[in-house]
Amino acid sequence: MAKIKMKKKSTSTDMTAMCDVAFLLLTFFILTATAKVPEALPVDMPASVAISKLPDTDLAIITVGKGKVFFDIKGREVRKRTLEGMGAKYGIEFSEEDKTKFALMDDFGVPITGLKQIIDMKAADRTKANQPGIPLDSLDNQLKEWLLISRRATIDLDDKELQIAIKGDAKEEYPKIRKIMDILQDQKINSFNLVTGKRGRDF
Amino acid sequence: MAELNTGDGGGGKGGKVRSKKQNSKVDLTAMVDLAFLLITFFMLTTSLSKPQSMDLSLPNKDDDPNKKTEDTKVDENRTMTVMLGGDNKMVYYMGLLATPKVGPKDIAYGKDGIRRELLKQKKNVLAYSAALGKPKNGIIVIIKPTKKSNYRNLVDILDEMAITGVETYAIVPEFTPEEAKVIDKK
Repeated sequence: MAKIKMKKKSTSTDMTAMCDVAFLLLTFFILTATAKVPEALPVDMPASVAISKLPDTDLAIITVGKGKVFFDIKGREVRKRTLEGMGAKYGIEFSEEDKTKFALMDDFGVPITGLKQIIDMKAADRTKANQPGIPLDSLDNQLKEWLLISRRATIDLDDKELQIAIKGDAKEEYPKIRKIMDILQDQKINSFNLVTGKRGRDF
Repeated sequence: MAELNTGDGGGGKGGKVRSKKQNSKVDLTAMVDLAFLLITFFMLTTSLSKPQSMDLSLPNKDDDPNKKTEDTKVDENRTMTVMLGGDNKMVYYMGLLATPKVGPKDIAYGKDGIRRELLKQKKNVLAYSAALGKPKNGIIVIIKPTKKSNYRNLVDILDEMAITGVETYAIVPEFTPEEAKVIDKK
């Protein structure tokens, strides 16, 4: 008698291909994720129900906290161009290496004369450097110049208007914020973003 | 090496050493689980780490002081003035301060405070406008932040505008002496 041989079916599926795909995706996401650098001026943002997100490029962020004002521009090319412009304006020579380093760093809050020192520091030291903030009184309004030159750089490079976001500390007093808004409005920037945290509708 | 073989003492039937059949396949299920968990984590953190933002548009500032600005006249029945004071307090009133329709009253931030009042007044104004035959004229909120108020107060009140759907509002940091008196008293 011929014996019918039942093929033994394995219950476990082959996971190799799935594993490959999973790790491929994992690698992709790890590489595209940008590491969060500690901010030079940490602020506690007030919360709102707004759901619109900030753009990644062509954006300048003015951080206000503890009475100091810090400035940050997104986009490497715009940063380089802005530093060139600022150097020309205040008669400070920045080397090519300085510009490359400046393009890679984050927010800063020093008068233009002290910027070189900050650029030369390591990223970890910058947060500890106790930066005094960008001067913005009527005699020496460097924030205004930064804004003007970065806006010009954005228009030159990307043919777009630079978007401005204000990132204020929740406990910052209103007059300080008003001052920033006034500087913006003096340049006819009447529409800008306020960076906030997130909360539900039912707080 | 320490001997752990205890079953050897039986003499060994036939003396044949049977090697256990080793399965060459490794179970990858746990590894795949882990990989997908990490993928989910990285996907969510890359899109969620972007900060939220609130749009704010201010009216054009006129630099020329000689240019005569045209005052826009608004119906005082439609205006609500909210003054932001220090210590997270605020005072609101409807209409003119000399002859207020409601208030001036102290009110708290949040769901049970200003939001309820805003919704109520918004409804009243809409009913009032509808009676006049202009149902599109909604409430006008004038936000007056004092020097003592902080940034959180401003964002909170702007947020309330977004939540309650008040479309017309203005930030006016100017105070008449009467208003200053009301807010300073608190």
